[in-house]
Amino acid sequence: MTNHWVDIKNADVVLIMGGNAAEAHPCGFKWVTEAKAHNKAKLVVVDPRFTRSAAMADFYAPIRVGTDIAFLGGVINYLLSNDKIQKEYVKNYTNAAFLISDDYACADGLFSGYNPDKRNYDNTSWGYQKDKDGFAKIDETLENPRCVYQIIKQHYSRYTPEMVNKICGTPKDAFVKVCEYIATTSVPDRVMTIMYALGWTQHSQGTQMIRTGAMLQLLLGNMGLPGGGMNALRGHSNIQGLTDLGLLSNLLPGYMSLPGEKESNYEDYIKARALKPLRPNQMSYWQNYPKFHVSFMKAWWGNAATKENNWAFDYLPKLDKGYDVLQAFELMSQGKINGYICQGFNPLASFPNKAKIGGALAKLKFLVIIDPLATETSEFWKNFGVYNDVDPAKCQTEVFRLPSTCFAEEDGSLTNSGRWLQWHWKGAEPPGEARGDPEIIAGIFTRIRAMYAKDGGKFPDPIVNLTWPYKIPSSPSPEELAMEYNGKALADVTSPPDPKNPKEPPKVLAAAGQQLAGFAQLRDDGSTSCGCWIYSGAWTAAGNQMARRDNSDPFGVGQTLNWAWAWPANRRILYNRAAADPSGKSWNPRRKYITWNGKSWGGADVPDIRPDAAPEEGVNPFIMTAEGVAKLFVPAGLVDGPLPEHYEPFESPVPTNLMSPNNPKAFANPAARVFKGDMEAFGKPKDFPYAATTYRLTEHFHYWTKHSELNAISQPQQFVEIGEDLAAEKGIAHGSKVKVKSNRGEITTVAVVTKRLKALDCNGTKVHTVGIPIHWGFKGVAQKGYLANTLTPFVGDANTQTPEFKAFIVNIEKA
Amino acid sequence: MSSLQTLDITQRSATTTPSPQVRTAGVEVAKLIDVSKCIGCKACQVACSEWNDIRDVVGTNVGVYDNPADLSADSWTVMRFTEYEDKEQNHLEWLIRKDGCMHCADPGCLKACPSPGAIVQYSNGIVDFVEEHCIGCGSCVTGCPFNVPRISKKDNKAYKCTLCSDRVSVGLEPACVKTCPTGAITFGSKEDMLEHAAERVVDLKERGYQGAGVYDPAGVGGTHVMYVLKHADKPEIYAGLPANPAISPLVGLWKGAFKPLALLAMGVSALAGFFHYVKMGPNDADADEEKSDSTAAHQEQK
Repeated sequence: MTNHWVDIKNADVVLIMGGNAAEAHPCGFKWVTEAKAHNKAKLVVVDPRFTRSAAMADFYAPIRVGTDIAFLGGVINYLLSNDKIQKEYVKNYTNAAFLISDDYACADGLFSGYNPDKRNYDNTSWGYQKDKDGFAKIDETLENPRCVYQIIKQHYSRYTPEMVNKICGTPKDAFVKVCEYIATTSVPDRVMTIMYALGWTQHSQGTQMIRTGAMLQLLLGNMGLPGGGMNALRGHSNIQGLTDLGLLSNLLPGYMSLPGEKESNYEDYIKARALKPLRPNQMSYWQNYPKFHVSFMKAWWGNAATKENNWAFDYLPKLDKGYDVLQAFELMSQGKINGYICQGFNPLASFPNKAKIGGALAKLKFLVIIDPLATETSEFWKNFGVYNDVDPAKCQTEVFRLPSTCFAEEDGSLTNSGRWLQWHWKGAEPPGEARGDPEIIAGIFTRIRAMYAKDGGKFPDPIVNLTWPYKIPSSPSPEELAMEYNGKALADVTSPPDPKNPKEPPKVLAAAGQQLAGFAQLRDDGSTSCGCWIYSGAWTAAGNQMARRDNSDPFGVGQTLNWAWAWPANRRILYNRAAADPSGKSWNPRRKYITWNGKSWGGADVPDIRPDAAPEEGVNPFIMTAEGVAKLFVPAGLVDGPLPEHYEPFESPVPTNLMSPNNPKAFANPAARVFKGDMEAFGKPKDFPYAATTYRLTEHFHYWTKHSELNAISQPQQFVEIGEDLAAEKGIAHGSKVKVKSNRGEITTVAVVTKRLKALDCNGTKVHTVGIPIHWGFKGVAQKGYLANTLTPFVGDANTQTPEFKAFIVNIEKA
Repeated sequence: MSSLQTLDITQRSATTTPSPQVRTAGVEVAKLIDVSKCIGCKACQVACSEWNDIRDVVGTNVGVYDNPADLSADSWTVMRFTEYEDKEQNHLEWLIRKDGCMHCADPGCLKACPSPGAIVQYSNGIVDFVEEHCIGCGSCVTGCPFNVPRISKKDNKAYKCTLCSDRVSVGLEPACVKTCPTGAITFGSKEDMLEHAAERVVDLKERGYQGAGVYDPAGVGGTHVMYVLKHADKPEIYAGLPANPAISPLVGLWKGAFKPLALLAMGVSALAGFFHYVKMGPNDADADEEKSDSTAAHQEQK
């Protein structure tokens, strides 16, 4: 979230799209009810199903699964054609005025630079026009046809309400009504928040869906303001922590990235990341990358990371490709990955195409499961009748099950969606032989290190030299780990020389050995270590900031700066300099947040700007970009285009992509990775005529809570949801058994026939939707059921490789 | 129930002796369920099961989200989901109502109960079943205008929501209130709850729900569990919430002219029961009997 849960109460309009907060985030949804009850907020829900969130909405509009870019592109067109944007904001705080290369084009659903054989883009033509100093050229009048504003206007002019109706199936009047609600926040004193979740992420064009939402918020001037922002509702209590600490296969902690195989040179690696400003006077904060990176390498490899060896740069793997979960299972099925440590993860249940996942696991030599529960994955080899019809004799994999503690049995911090690191204390001792995850991993690591130390190996250095300073080496404590990610001074850290008083001796900011106060104290000379720069400040010399529990809200805007600790720098709303106009005054005089007081920035939050950057200096609010402004058009960084364009899901119930009807290459995301054999595993609408989508229910949490009796009582048995008209067409009675098939498998379950799923008319194709909740399986105390991912396709988002769980096709019949 | 809690009793079933009078009357309490804020997450159901240590069976899906599908001796509150379509306005609503005991000011169950002290009402308005005195006759089921009490098949005694009288008596809110994530359930003095409800009704009317209102039906003297409804003008659409609940005239008769006869009948049936026991052994609550009880309750509602 750019903002945070409590802040949702400040919204005037709440748009829930690509998520179902009332269902999947019931506690967070409280802040929507607060916004409605105390801020007269209007709640608008756009979803393929009339959900629990829709039940709470002032207005609901249906949409066909996987067509959100068409819908949101239509909203952008509405805002631009009806002059419902916040012009001052757009002109000053976005790259609307920036001029794009004359070589850029988008035709027939493809952007310039496409290579159909490799299914990828060369993005050279998407760049800015530059002046002689290397700065991007701009046109403040926004009239130049090559400026971003004009390019966007032209690009989205094709997304008319009629086109939205044909692609999304949303009735035109309902679409326009949603636009009208959204447009009310284009004035400076009204704000909309967007709440989304995996309903946007889990598509082959998921990143671009989210980006379209962000573009909308920028055009409306809703970013950086209380009650605004792009708010990703994370699906686990600590999944934000997982990404922050770099557990994605291509990342290092704090959103630093691993080098690619062509980046074996340290200077090139740094140069590509420490971006120079693209406009004068901008902060381009990633210029500090070397400080974050060197401090990180010192945290991991201590004295072995020296200036001479480029801070152990050679220890880092150089990626030839992404090693996301889909890739890993693809390699397992090819027999190229033979061993798998599966920690806190149930891929047989939670990844697509169960048959492929199960087959891949059966090719392993060993599988280590670290989990508090006996998961489906841990028993993938065992026959559970129709629910897991496998022959154990044909599986050679040796499975080791290491019972771990669950969150309530351990101390530590959880990072919530709003980036708050909240320390918690164990509520109970773990049962039996269960051990904490750090203890299990440390146990494995210390043994492996001893083996490398004794026997050597191809490249033992990164393993034998890894810093391991914990008091009990086989069991690092949460406190030690937290202090490590905060960082400490290895030598005295001193202040830079004062330009007004150059002769004065530098002040010691942190003495050697002391915990650092924050990432501003990080150095690139090896004098500091820090495991995760964005978490620096969480455990300072003053102690554990995450354990703070003062919920006072002095400004009355839901800002409790002394409750726990938020990254970065305890800042609760990102880009909050944008809550003020260019002159430093609040856009909304009734809701002041961060303003310029003549000498410095201040207000209800930690300012997201250099505190003494006077408005006249023109330092813009989006300090993490090289531009200093937010990017409506993205010249680099996304593999599938600088602007969101509608593509169909890889499995779609309609025959053509109406945005590019004559170009079969642009039917589905042209830059999404599809493995050999998986393209053939996509079904065709003649066999599988119905749109399908999977999702959670509020009574359960993923595949865990079917192990818990009370959750099982409240939602005991697997079901699918279908509309009354489809049920009538197929003769399916309420509560009867049905068989749902995709090109990858079939499940038999109970039908919930509902008025909440209506057929949509998409350009003459009548589209029915089958809703498939995910929570059941063959382990646990709930009624046994099929894993929903028996049905889903093995393809992911072009940028993140998040699987396309939210849009595929099935057939359904009476069982 | 602690013995001191009996000092708060103002009404006791089938009892003519006066209630204890020494204590100053407590404040009348109420639970307010704002249906417009309820997302049907069932956290209240789970909290109720946890606090009261009751576990229903792991059932099946019967084609709806309602689970458990009905109130039972092991489920004292359940969510009832209704898909309501206003065809004229092409407008769909998913109405979700937390069902359970309404804690009537004038409790039909208490009036109907023939067993002394099996049903009591406290000065704060809570109506409580005292299972040790319950004879499992099912009169409370007949007497309840909301079809709430259920007879357990395990012990043939009647059960229902206690409004967490044990928690409330020591100054805590009911477990469902404490757990509700959206603030849809609130608890306090009935006066405060009515005031809060009135504010909510203003908000709902501003949002176009002209029929919005508070459900606190006069036919049972008002209730200590109240709803804020978007459509208070047609409560039946919320899974059959009665528009004008009243105590069955049969219960009125039992209390009035027929009381001596009824007592006689009871005596006879107790005697018959004794002989039955001697001849047949202990009674199992059989399914047919239960069905006929609930059918009777339904008929009386109409």
